[in-house]
Amino acid sequence: MNTATAAGAAPVGAPASALLRVQDLVKVYPGGKRALDGVSFSVERPEVIAVIGSSGAGKSTLIRCINRLVEPSAGRVWLKETEIAGLPWRELRRVRRRIGMIFQEFNLVERLTVMENVLSGRLGSVGFMASLMRRFPPQDVSGAFALLDRVGLDGYHDTRADALSGGQRQRVGIARALMQRPDLLLVDEPTASLDPKTARQIMRLICALAQEHNTPALVNIHDVALAQSFASRVIGLKAGGVVFDGPPAALNAEALTEIYGAEDWSQTIRRVSDEDDE
Amino acid sequence: MSAAASYPTHWRRPPAFFGTRRRYWLFIGGVILYFAWSLSTLNIDVERMLAGLPRALDIFARMVPPDFSKGQLLLKGMLESLQMAFAATLIGAILAVPLGIAAARNIAPRPVYLAARGFIVLNRTFHEIIIAIFFVKLFGFGAVAGLLTLALSSWTFCGKMLAEDIENVRMGQIEAVRATGAGFAQTVVFSVVPQVLSRTVGVLIYRLDANVRHSTVIGIVGAGGIGQTLSASFSRYDYDFAAAILLCIAALVALGEWFSDWVRRKLR
Repeated sequence: MNTATAAGAAPVGAPASALLRVQDLVKVYPGGKRALDGVSFSVERPEVIAVIGSSGAGKSTLIRCINRLVEPSAGRVWLKETEIAGLPWRELRRVRRRIGMIFQEFNLVERLTVMENVLSGRLGSVGFMASLMRRFPPQDVSGAFALLDRVGLDGYHDTRADALSGGQRQRVGIARALMQRPDLLLVDEPTASLDPKTARQIMRLICALAQEHNTPALVNIHDVALAQSFASRVIGLKAGGVVFDGPPAALNAEALTEIYGAEDWSQTIRRVSDEDDE
Repeated sequence: MSAAASYPTHWRRPPAFFGTRRRYWLFIGGVILYFAWSLSTLNIDVERMLAGLPRALDIFARMVPPDFSKGQLLLKGMLESLQMAFAATLIGAILAVPLGIAAARNIAPRPVYLAARGFIVLNRTFHEIIIAIFFVKLFGFGAVAGLLTLALSSWTFCGKMLAEDIENVRMGQIEAVRATGAGFAQTVVFSVVPQVLSRTVGVLIYRLDANVRHSTVIGIVGAGGIGQTLSASFSRYDYDFAAAILLCIAALVALGEWFSDWVRRKLR
């Protein structure tokens, strides 16, 4: 990856070892809603981190503030040694291509082919004319074929994205994100539009690929049981603040009440046996 | 459900547009009163309308049989109209792309959006005929004025339609392409164009069809094409030639409509 974009020496307060560091992140939307209220955490090793919290707790805002699809109001974010907050537009594009994003609604460009969707992960690295004529470098094309094979869509490259099922679409979304060879994966509710079985397959695929590519993944997720069975670390958000940060095993009734409010949690807290349902 | 009996059994949809039923009936009453008043003040003279009938019959009688002997003149006018329509659609379409992007609220910066919308509103204020009269004054009689008129109105029409299509695209697809680090032009090419392309081609074909029709009309104010020939023949009481022209215009418009239908069916 291109490290020449880093602005000089490592900034004060960012440990050289951190893959991602978020410090006192605040987002106030026009109209006064305080979606993030001083969020801080850092990711030291490539692992899958589940971000849980009730609707409106700030999960989506948090990951969108990291790649600045949403402009943070205050606070700082470092991806390795690059500070993201305050970067000018051109530099921001360079950082964005190092961050892959996977969406709840898949967000494939539906009228384009699967191959075009996967190759759109390289848009940050090719020129305008090349993207207009769909002339991608040979290594990108072969990389795209390899990823399609890896996510189980071998032979689908010329299918239009709107002809795929939900699970297949999310696999294309995953391939598109990994096509960027990212330093970080941002994953926004990857399973909320899928049936339970497909949801587990998709989560397993995301975790496996994050590990294969040695990439940390920040996964917003509603399903506590799914978070517990796939993540190695859980961050709980409540009203825009971090109220839990620890291993999934530490997620007891007390912690869940702190995150979501009082409820009978006995049915939720159980390690779902990771049976093979491929 | 033992308490069912105590729930109301009567329900009517709340009045949506007018807020209350009283206001709804006030509006209906107002429309009726206005209509009655208009009829009473317009001096609709039945006798004069009846006197027009024999004159109409006379004109129709003199139109038959249509006179195709001036085929050269007829052909020249038709070709000029067609050329005006094609060239104007092409110019309008090319210019409409930047205008449409600039006038789309969801992707253009606010000041650009406002300027582009202002331009569209200003242009659409005036009907083609008024613009044609103006251009004939500027550039003299003939096809140049007609071409410019149609190009200008096609530009703003297609631009407005394109802007509205862009405003209806799925933002998630744009967000996803933006998130890969794509620049503005790449985002447009990879996420906006695929979403609006087929509808936009449909609009262009429709506009081509409309331009063929408009081109036959604006000639009447001197902007070239078959309309100018038609207007001249009417003022010379050359009704049988006028009939031939009208038949040709009808055939051309029908052909245009059939073509536009055929293309748009193919696009789906």
